[in-house]
Amino acid sequence: MLTNKDLLGIKELSVEEINLILDTSAGFKDVLGRDIKKVPTLRGKTTVNLFFEPSTRTRTSFELAAKRLSTDVINFSVPTSSVVKGESLIDTALTVQALGADFIIIRHSSSGVPHLLAKKLRVSVINAGDGTNEHPTQALLDAFTIREKKGKIEGLEIAIVGDIAHSRVAKSNIYSLKKLGARLRLIGPPTLIPKEMEVMGIDIFHNMEDGLRDVDVLMMLRIQMERQGKGFFPSTEEYSRNWGLTLERLSLAKDEVIVMHPGPMNRGIEITSEIADGPRSVILEQVTNGLAVRMAVMYLLAGVKR
Amino acid sequence: MPKELMNKKDIDRALMRMSHEIIEKNKGIEKLCLVGIQRGGVHLAKRLASKIQQIEKKEISVGSLDIAFYRDDLNIRKVQPVVRRTEVLFEVTDLKIILVDDVLFTGRSIRAALDALIDLGRPASIQLAVLIDRGHRELPIKADYVGKNIPTALSETVEVQLVEEGLEDRVILEKVSSEE
Repeated sequence: MLTNKDLLGIKELSVEEINLILDTSAGFKDVLGRDIKKVPTLRGKTTVNLFFEPSTRTRTSFELAAKRLSTDVINFSVPTSSVVKGESLIDTALTVQALGADFIIIRHSSSGVPHLLAKKLRVSVINAGDGTNEHPTQALLDAFTIREKKGKIEGLEIAIVGDIAHSRVAKSNIYSLKKLGARLRLIGPPTLIPKEMEVMGIDIFHNMEDGLRDVDVLMMLRIQMERQGKGFFPSTEEYSRNWGLTLERLSLAKDEVIVMHPGPMNRGIEITSEIADGPRSVILEQVTNGLAVRMAVMYLLAGVKR
Repeated sequence: MPKELMNKKDIDRALMRMSHEIIEKNKGIEKLCLVGIQRGGVHLAKRLASKIQQIEKKEISVGSLDIAFYRDDLNIRKVQPVVRRTEVLFEVTDLKIILVDDVLFTGRSIRAALDALIDLGRPASIQLAVLIDRGHRELPIKADYVGKNIPTALSETVEVQLVEEGLEDRVILEKVSSEE
């Protein structure tokens, strides 16, 4: 059973809670393979997507997960809401709660916003990405995908490549994979890997070739174009030359390596198209699994006693 | 003190009789399949299937059904039910389904199972087989095949223990004191 009414981050979850979410997700994945992909489980509940940052994939995934559980869904996106008229964040959230929402899915560019709302509201708050802090459902769907493909997570050599410093996906995955007993390595330019990671018992490589040797799982991160020319790396061309995933580099990993990417991809920059569309890629399965994991999270949060 | 209602032999004999009844009523096993409700029902469905195969010398499909998503008590339960796998790897449309559970009590689990099954397709018919019928129905549901009818009080619990769960095969009745 989950103990908290909210899902704020992986940091707050115990190993048992993570495993419960993953086990429950398998049951929901069964539903997604059928003709009738909808279950009546959360009939009568209401989900509000509160996205203060543009997102198509995550918002759509949460919206569909909520609909497959039979909840009603309202999308509250910033340009059409009162937020542009200067309504405060908390007033917006209280309004949504007063409308009768049971779940608020929030994405915000500032770290800690979901935590603030969770304290102020009675409803379940699910973090869909906050600043550079966490993106817990992404890490859960990644763990679910690895477990499905490899049968386990404990003892696997897992490498995360790219902009670790600014990535909430990387942060959530580091918490989750450490808790689940994987052996982690981070690969990328020194400017994009925080020094504290070394103390956490994580291996750091600045050379792609060294880092890729014998990995079981390779997680590529999206390089954020807006970081270009800000001193983190000289240019996307140079980033791609040093840290882009090519077939030649991939051959250094184990033969049965799987390649993951949270999307959206910059094809030809952090990953080549032949790998993204190739036999080692599980990128589209991650998308499908995301639905199952988000359904499982909502189902389990609905069972938390207030 | 828990009271033993059935031992290993009793369970085996009951399942053997039920297998014969299923074959008799359906005039063979053409278009027949078994679906067990997680968890006890799944083990019993597999046991029935192996007995039916022994008798008829033909394969019969077996599936497992989880009913957590279809329960009507999610808002009032103390603990959210554990979600297990639904593995019905065959097309149920036009099949005669024998739904299998360990204990038939209020009938609410069966109601949920019927909804879950109908979301998988349009079976030709659904019949119900249970090892124990303990009475106290709250819905108009009746079993077609019963291992043993046991009159019980609401203050009692009936538990089917099976070797598949690491226990000895037996059915026990226990009084739950209301002071607890």
